[in-house]
Amino acid sequence: MVQLTLPKNSRIVTGKTWPKPEGATNLRQFDIYRWNPDDGQNPRVDTYFVDLDDCGPMILDALIYIKNRIDPTLAFRRSCREGICGSCAMNIDGINTLACLYTMDEVKKPVVRIYPLPHMAVVKDLIPDLNHFYAQHASIMPWLETRSPTPQKEWKQSIEDRKKLDGLYECVMCASCSTSCPSYWWNSDRYLGPAALLHAYRWIIDSRDEATGERLDNLEDPFRLYRCHTIMNCTKTCPKGLNPAKAISKIKHMMVERRL
Amino acid sequence: MRYLTDRKRAEGRGASHTGTEHHWYMQVSAFGLALIVPTFIVIFGQALGSGYDNVIAVFSRPIPAIVTGLVLLVGMQHFRRGAQIMIEDYTRKSTRKVLIMCVIVLSYGLTATGLFALGKLALTQ
Repeated sequence: MVQLTLPKNSRIVTGKTWPKPEGATNLRQFDIYRWNPDDGQNPRVDTYFVDLDDCGPMILDALIYIKNRIDPTLAFRRSCREGICGSCAMNIDGINTLACLYTMDEVKKPVVRIYPLPHMAVVKDLIPDLNHFYAQHASIMPWLETRSPTPQKEWKQSIEDRKKLDGLYECVMCASCSTSCPSYWWNSDRYLGPAALLHAYRWIIDSRDEATGERLDNLEDPFRLYRCHTIMNCTKTCPKGLNPAKAISKIKHMMVERRL
Repeated sequence: MRYLTDRKRAEGRGASHTGTEHHWYMQVSAFGLALIVPTFIVIFGQALGSGYDNVIAVFSRPIPAIVTGLVLLVGMQHFRRGAQIMIEDYTRKSTRKVLIMCVIVLSYGLTATGLFALGKLALTQ
């Protein structure tokens, strides 16, 4: 059954307000979700103040500023700082996005509120547990499947067929889309979610792949694929500007076509 | 506590190889209902508020009777499948099965009752 309220030990309590940086005049307030599995306490929201004159423009810059100068215990994932690795996905001002691509100016409210990706188990602070998400990705066989003998040089692909992969291969698996999808919130144990399905479509329409039927068979299920109700949150939130909802609808279209 | 790997959980019991027929039926029936429901509303509007004899006269004509019958049949089947999706979204295990059975009984019950009433109206002369 869908659970609409948080269990007692997950309810957020008021956290600590950290001191403002000395001598700073251009400050921005950050309210950040904190939870440590080791201290047995409820999650809390800590308040930090960032000196904008001494910090880069991105949300990730502010988080690094906080970690380096105010509170080294703050935990979050980050790596490339340019929207390629997908590590720093989090919920910023109610939007799932990449902290490295989201500027502080885009947050119109005076306070920047940062939470982990919604409806995922939290490992610590802003770090969600993505093991199940990655396992779902692995289940769609994200690699080229061929039956023909391997050619001497390469698997050839026409320019037109290669263009079909544009808007699909760019996905960095940040999980922003899947964790914004209500269907994924309620049924993530069986529904693959927009990210995995976008990747599935990327391999289904790859002209070099020879396992199209097998891939479609693997997806044909009331939960794996058809739990998508075209809510479109995935497309709205994707920090890379991709359209998972369109990819899913194309898979559904292919499913119907092979039956009629 | 069950020691299952993430991959084992993600694979579950595999794909059931169903769902496409359901998806296609919902697409087709939604399109059909978009056409016949406005027609039905016009027909029903003509009969609404008028006397018993006028209602009998409206539903005795073939087109109003057929359209009403189609709305009942297609509409309740569409409702049954749509409600099942909603139940599957928000409930689990035995609750899910019981609610789906209730929806099936309700939709077939309403269809049968509606067709009986329509037949009685259409064939009363």
